[in-house]
Amino acid sequence: MAGVNRLPRGGRIDRAKPVSISFNGQTLSGYAGDTVASLLLANGIHLVGRSFKYHRPRGILSHGSDEPNALLSIDRGPGKIDPNNRATVAEARGGLVTASQNHWPSLNFDVGAINDRLSPIFVAGFYYKTFMWPRRFWDRVYEPNIRAAAGLGKSPDGPDADRYGNRHAHCDVLVVGAGPAGLAAALAASEGGKRIILADEQAEFGGSLLHDVTSTVDGTAAQDWAAQAIAMLKARENVTLLTRTTAFGYYNHNHVAMAERITDHLENAPDHLPRERLWQVRAGAVILATGSHERPLVFADNDRPGIMLAESIRAFVNRYAVAPGRRIVIATSGASAYRAAADAHAAGLAVTVVDIRLEADCGPEVAFVRQKGIDVLTSHTVIAATGRKRVTGLIVAPLGSEGRVGARRTLAADCVGMSGGWTPSVHLFSQSRGKLRFDDAIDAFVPGQSVQAERSAGAARGSYDLADCIADGFAAGDPLTARPRLAATPSLTGFQPVRILPTDADATRVRAFVDFQNDVTAKDIGLAVREGFESVEHVKRYTTTGMATDQGKTSNMNALGLMAGIQGKALPAVGTTTFRPPYTPVTFGTLVGPAKNALFDPARITPIHGWAKEHGAEFENVGLWKRAWYFPQGRETMHEAVARECKAVREGVGIFDASTLGKIEVVGPDAAEFMNRIYINAWTKLKPGACRYGLMLKEDGFIMDDGVVARLAEDRFHVTTTTGGAARVLQHMEDYLQTEWPDLRVFLTSITEQYAVIALQGPKAREVIAPLVSDIDLSGEAFPHMTVRTGFICGVPTRLFRVSFTGELGFEINVPSDHGRAVWEAIYERGRAFGITPYGTETMHVLRAERGFIIVGQETDGTVTPDDVGLGGMIAKAKPDFVGKRSLARPDIVAAGRKQLIGLVTDDPSLVLDEGAQIIDDRHRPVPIKALGHVTSSYWSAACGRSIALALVAGGRERMGETLYVTTPDSFAAARVTAPVFFDEKGARVHA
Amino acid sequence: MLLIPCPYCGERPELEFRCGGEAHIARAADPSAVDDGAWSEFLFSRGNPKGLYAERWNHAHGCQRWFNAIRDTASDRFVESYKMGEKRPLPGGE
Ligand SMILES: [Zn+2]
Repeated sequence: MAGVNRLPRGGRIDRAKPVSISFNGQTLSGYAGDTVASLLLANGIHLVGRSFKYHRPRGILSHGSDEPNALLSIDRGPGKIDPNNRATVAEARGGLVTASQNHWPSLNFDVGAINDRLSPIFVAGFYYKTFMWPRRFWDRVYEPNIRAAAGLGKSPDGPDADRYGNRHAHCDVLVVGAGPAGLAAALAASEGGKRIILADEQAEFGGSLLHDVTSTVDGTAAQDWAAQAIAMLKARENVTLLTRTTAFGYYNHNHVAMAERITDHLENAPDHLPRERLWQVRAGAVILATGSHERPLVFADNDRPGIMLAESIRAFVNRYAVAPGRRIVIATSGASAYRAAADAHAAGLAVTVVDIRLEADCGPEVAFVRQKGIDVLTSHTVIAATGRKRVTGLIVAPLGSEGRVGARRTLAADCVGMSGGWTPSVHLFSQSRGKLRFDDAIDAFVPGQSVQAERSAGAARGSYDLADCIADGFAAGDPLTARPRLAATPSLTGFQPVRILPTDADATRVRAFVDFQNDVTAKDIGLAVREGFESVEHVKRYTTTGMATDQGKTSNMNALGLMAGIQGKALPAVGTTTFRPPYTPVTFGTLVGPAKNALFDPARITPIHGWAKEHGAEFENVGLWKRAWYFPQGRETMHEAVARECKAVREGVGIFDASTLGKIEVVGPDAAEFMNRIYINAWTKLKPGACRYGLMLKEDGFIMDDGVVARLAEDRFHVTTTTGGAARVLQHMEDYLQTEWPDLRVFLTSITEQYAVIALQGPKAREVIAPLVSDIDLSGEAFPHMTVRTGFICGVPTRLFRVSFTGELGFEINVPSDHGRAVWEAIYERGRAFGITPYGTETMHVLRAERGFIIVGQETDGTVTPDDVGLGGMIAKAKPDFVGKRSLARPDIVAAGRKQLIGLVTDDPSLVLDEGAQIIDDRHRPVPIKALGHVTSSYWSAACGRSIALALVAGGRERMGETLYVTTPDSFAAARVTAPVFFDEKGARVHA
Repeated sequence: MLLIPCPYCGERPELEFRCGGEAHIARAADPSAVDDGAWSEFLFSRGNPKGLYAERWNHAHGCQRWFNAIRDTASDRFVESYKMGEKRPLPGGE
């Protein structure tokens, strides 16, 4: 038998399949079907961790996902270690290496436990009060020390070796929770053939029935009824059943996110399976059958290992065949714990019940257990627990009239089950934005007004009776069909809410825990209220109650009740805090799914990318594009490479991959009219075969995008946009076409990906391509600057643009993408005799800046007009309207003193200014000095033999020749204002 | 994530769409005739109601068409969507 505390019979464990795990280096045995928690308890281990703040010894509180204490680090192999696993959720299986957390040097002897002795210091708000001042101490002293002393597990330091999946699913009805209500709901909902998903966080369906060995449903054992229901659901093709799947987030429009744990419970997981899978479900309707959480009782030292929830004792005994103790005291303020007492007693364990309620307030449960021979002390309070690393007993005392506490006595115990009543699990309902309602009869918030297509059923909406839960599930699953109510064993329900147990002890010395995971005591909550915190949200943040990873599933109602009591309010007047996703912690891996490394962000690459890579290019990201930045040779620095590339273009020929340029075809009888309305330029008179530099504004008059436009035919324009602006421009055009001018007969087609664009620039460009081009006369007369021809290059059809962004004679060769690399290589081969040099975006930027060509997004920032950058002359004044025209007459746009594009040359020609540096006119002014503008582009120019810069400066064009001052990292640099062109001022070279 | 009803494609997840702001703000046929105040109103002023709101949406990663939809800004419920050029429906007898 695996474990000294394993019961000889019963349970849902598989005794034919022993498993062993390691816990703090010790090998322990259990059975398949055990959780790590039940396996530890079977081996007599209650002490499993140290608490967050006080390092108090802690045990296992619960048997499910609401566990606040038993958090373990689990090691499943290299790269597969993660902290803060709830022992009550993690399934035991061979090869699992587990360890307790938050202690040093060992779980048994933890020096941090000194915090517990210092607890008067560590009261609520302690962080706020103690660590405010001095500021510099915060980063260096307080914060690192607090981090070291407090906390949960250690985060893993290597990359996650696991794979994670992602799935989108649609269904008519999603049922969350497969307890009695959820099973009934799924049965009813799926009868008519609707698509159903039933998801439950546990390894098995059945919910509370998994540890119910006494109830019957419809004349059969409740567990058999559940098994039949599951079998029926399995047989239905329209039903998807998901175990180990937690619905953790309920978002808009019935979008529910779920985490499915697929391999953690398998000793030898097949390689093809992901560890976990994120499900994103869109459901026509959602049924929340998420059950309820039991409340602990608040009394002194109620956190001692061995003290757990009463229902959890029942679960460990019945489901896992484990005796969590041999001598059990059940302390309760309600009826359900009597069932736990009876079941433990039936398993041969000694049981005593202490009930806070007056005998007269109790129900038939008292007689029910007394007749089995169980001692029941009604009208008794629990003063305190005894024992430190394991509970040894409860000090109890009778309650006289008006709460007077009588003589103490100690009940010996090695395990205590406590029950302070129940709280419906309304987390998902609340996340769905549903409004909660306080139900006095069950002292709990229950689902009130729904906002989405959702229904709650069973204990999740406060129905605790088994037959009620099933009837509720049927009704939720199929509201239109009345089903006969199934008879079931009446459940023991009802409790008296008690926020803190009456005591005769000095209240200032009592450590009665409300939130176990964050170490918040009843005293802390009292202190917060006394210090003036009224709002529940403020008390929560000040004391941190309910803010731990368990989100206060077990503790919140006690905390709210305490607040209400101290403030003298009714509980609903205190309200409740907001429930937020995730319901339980979700691994980052599951949220990330496959979207990591190369799949984190899609990369766009050009047809020539491979060639650039083979030729040693460094790349830069431009939006999603990877663009060749520069092509270093040998041990060249970037600066050296760019200087060499620039020189090659100015003196010989350079080749540049411009494929990322956005390209849109504007086609149709009204294409020219459409272009007139979208651009500031006039297009009507542009002849087919001609190109024009186009500038586009947003309706507010500011520059949006630019690019060369070629008119291929009367009704066809080949528009280019900036690399980053392609999608935005198409959307902008579509917007106006569809919403403002639907009468225009125009089609817009993105052709960015369809064409590779090879820019060949430099005095020798024509000579290089001449023998490769057919059907086009390349002579300067027949094919002047700013024209376009169609023909062939290397036998491939081409739209050949004679354009230049460098100021040199140049071509932009558009060829179908599939031929891009072949044409590039042919040109490169042919060009070698002319010293052809591949260049990247950095050289392109320098060359255009030497000529003063703007880059949208660099010289402009969404507040810059055509006139600001000296392009006001391009505006077709005769056009009655174009997008942005009216705004150019707005008072602020026509006002004097706007920032204008100018050139800056530094007094020190070797100094390259910082882009973004601020500009002032007098460096001796007292600070703060209002800046006149900023540097937009700044480079070393090999052609000019000095640095150059472009800048936007208030009234800039009036300042020609003035000296201004530009911020540098440690001072100011003097620079003279010039026209924004530094090379070939007349622009003659492009006509070569 | 919202489910947005495209009048051409049906309900699709929000990430396929782009919101274009308040609907039914007409661009003047002759903007030059509009005074500065009215023009800045047109450019910059938008309603921000709690409740029903008519918005422009573009099914950018779908049919690429623009349409209008009425959304309740408090609940994010889409009441109705309709094609460009169609009159704004009057849900709730507004
Ligand atoms: Zn669509």
